[in-house]
Amino acid sequence: MGLERGYRARPGEWIAEKLIFLVSLTAMVMIFLIFVFVTREALPILLGRMSSAATLETAVIPPSQMDSLSSEALRQYLGLTPAEFAGKDRETLELLMELKQEIAAEAPEDKDATVNTAAWRYLLFPYQWTGYDHPVYIWQPVSAIHKYNIVPLIVGSLKTTLVALLFAVPLALAAALYVSQLASPRLKEWIKPAIELLAGIPSVVLGFFGLIVMATFLQNVFGYASRLNALVAGIALGLAALPVIFSIAEDALTSVPRTYTEAALALGSSRWQAAWQIVLPAAVPGVFAAVALGFGRAIGETMVVLMASGNASILSWSLFDSTRTITATIAAELAETVFGGHHYRILFLLGAVLFAVTFLANLAGDLVIQRLKKRLEGKRS
Amino acid sequence: MKSFDWVSFFCTGLTGLATLLILAILAVILGNIAMHGWPAISWRFVSGGTESDMFDVTKAGIFPMIFGTSARVILMTIFVIPVGVVTAVYLTEYAHTTSPITRVIRGAVNNLAGVPSIVFGLFGLGFFIGFVGGGMDALFYPDNPRPLWGKAALIWASMTLAVMTLPVVIVATEEALRAIPLGLREASLALGATKLQTIVKIVLPNALPGIMTGGILAVSRAAGEVAPILFTGAAYFMADLPKSLTDQFMDLGYHVFVLSTQSPNIDKTRPILYGTVLVLVALTFALNFVAILIRARIRRHLRAVHG
Repeated sequence: MGLERGYRARPGEWIAEKLIFLVSLTAMVMIFLIFVFVTREALPILLGRMSSAATLETAVIPPSQMDSLSSEALRQYLGLTPAEFAGKDRETLELLMELKQEIAAEAPEDKDATVNTAAWRYLLFPYQWTGYDHPVYIWQPVSAIHKYNIVPLIVGSLKTTLVALLFAVPLALAAALYVSQLASPRLKEWIKPAIELLAGIPSVVLGFFGLIVMATFLQNVFGYASRLNALVAGIALGLAALPVIFSIAEDALTSVPRTYTEAALALGSSRWQAAWQIVLPAAVPGVFAAVALGFGRAIGETMVVLMASGNASILSWSLFDSTRTITATIAAELAETVFGGHHYRILFLLGAVLFAVTFLANLAGDLVIQRLKKRLEGKRS
Repeated sequence: MKSFDWVSFFCTGLTGLATLLILAILAVILGNIAMHGWPAISWRFVSGGTESDMFDVTKAGIFPMIFGTSARVILMTIFVIPVGVVTAVYLTEYAHTTSPITRVIRGAVNNLAGVPSIVFGLFGLGFFIGFVGGGMDALFYPDNPRPLWGKAALIWASMTLAVMTLPVVIVATEEALRAIPLGLREASLALGATKLQTIVKIVLPNALPGIMTGGILAVSRAAGEVAPILFTGAAYFMADLPKSLTDQFMDLGYHVFVLSTQSPNIDKTRPILYGTVLVLVALTFALNFVAILIRARIRRHLRAVHG
């Protein structure tokens, strides 16, 4: 009897191994599906195939004249794809024609009514709407003319994230340096889990705390007008990002070989000098990764900013103005949109942008950490 | 003699102060919640429902929210644990650590952990509700005008959360599997057990505490998440408890959001708000605490094994 190998030796084992392998691909498949399904909903906007114009450039055809149109002309008039058109019966088509007529009748007498506000140039660039004396960036999806400029939201997200990082990065890095290099091991065993406890506070609770307690406190201190603003949201957001930055930076600092510190101490440096001049420079990529991942966490956080930022979509770089972020916009508005409508699709587009940004931040952080660990471990041996 | 190093002393103190500040903020948050929340907690508050008025301090209870949150996280563990554990088994027991596919899987796990929770909400809406649920409706109930599966529901919220917490389970299980000494596996293989038998009968039972840790951490993470369930299942108000997988549910975290942003009179509803927050925080912290205890035991074991 010859020596059997591979699947012939133990078919059961072979099948099990392949199944286990297939299941282990789930995480990868999910990332792929998230990408596909979020961008799929945003695709008509991305490709500029969607129109939000309130009035039609073509003349309105009353439903009674439906039979005078060829089916192809009718399909184009209603703006349906052939597949959608084939799936609808006569009554539905008639209803759609009536709807079209009603929309045309209700459309405001406004030069902006014929504008497709869901097109790229209106999403990204300022436009002089009726009643304004200069071009502006406006996000105002629920109005007669749907204004979908996403610039105020992007600025809002960046502004709150910046505040969050300015607040969290110095604190988290200092604490990481202290816990990993300077504190006694006994103290370290207490402090580390305590800071990790901060990560366990649900973001909705941080949002609540920002909204109810911190907003009042900060308003009393700074005396600004708008109670909820980018500063309040940013600091609450910083509390959410802080544990992430801390644990990654702490991990990177701890992974620097002990021999580095010992050599420095033997040469007569103080613990602080060893930590600041030897360990920190060796772990700089890890610190960068911590900041990158903290950025990803902060810009993607929803509940904190939804509750504590005030949610007014004004384009302003002032920290004391009420602010609306990308995440809060999606959370607040998606439930009220028409399924498959332009507003719905633009919110998915925002989601896709968010996904892309955090994906890149995470990828960068991840690669840097892996290279750092490889380098440090390589040097140890 | 060397003079006292003021710079080192000062800088060490500064980093120590930063650490202290973080701990102080944590203490303030928890203290504030405990102080204002505790008076609101009563048996009626925990066991009562919201039939009469969810904004009325004297009548509102949070039992439906506790029920909804529990239901969604328990369902979630059923989906996430098997997939997470099998992935971890593949990564530690089968995969070559340097092969490209392993690195891609690891990268995907890390990246999944960083996807914003609101994007999971969009994904749940687009994929689970629109694609899977809508597809099931079209397939099984083509004549039914009202969607049965293609709408926000308990099951879709749980599945969305399962995708979100998958990395948590994978990472925790992997750590537990690595803590098991190689000698144990080799002894089993030497006695003639196959690789699969070794994994099922030796490795996994020994890793059970670690798998539990992963599950508990996933539950505590998911219990407090609101953004992914906003569109996939949470309801503002429901007269009854959810009865089937396709029902919507009320939720503790979402209730905190509703109470703090939609209340007609925030000062009057404040006690309910604080009470609900306290219950939510106590729940997630209790879970975290158990996970930390188990994990500390595993880490001690790991150190004992690998030296």
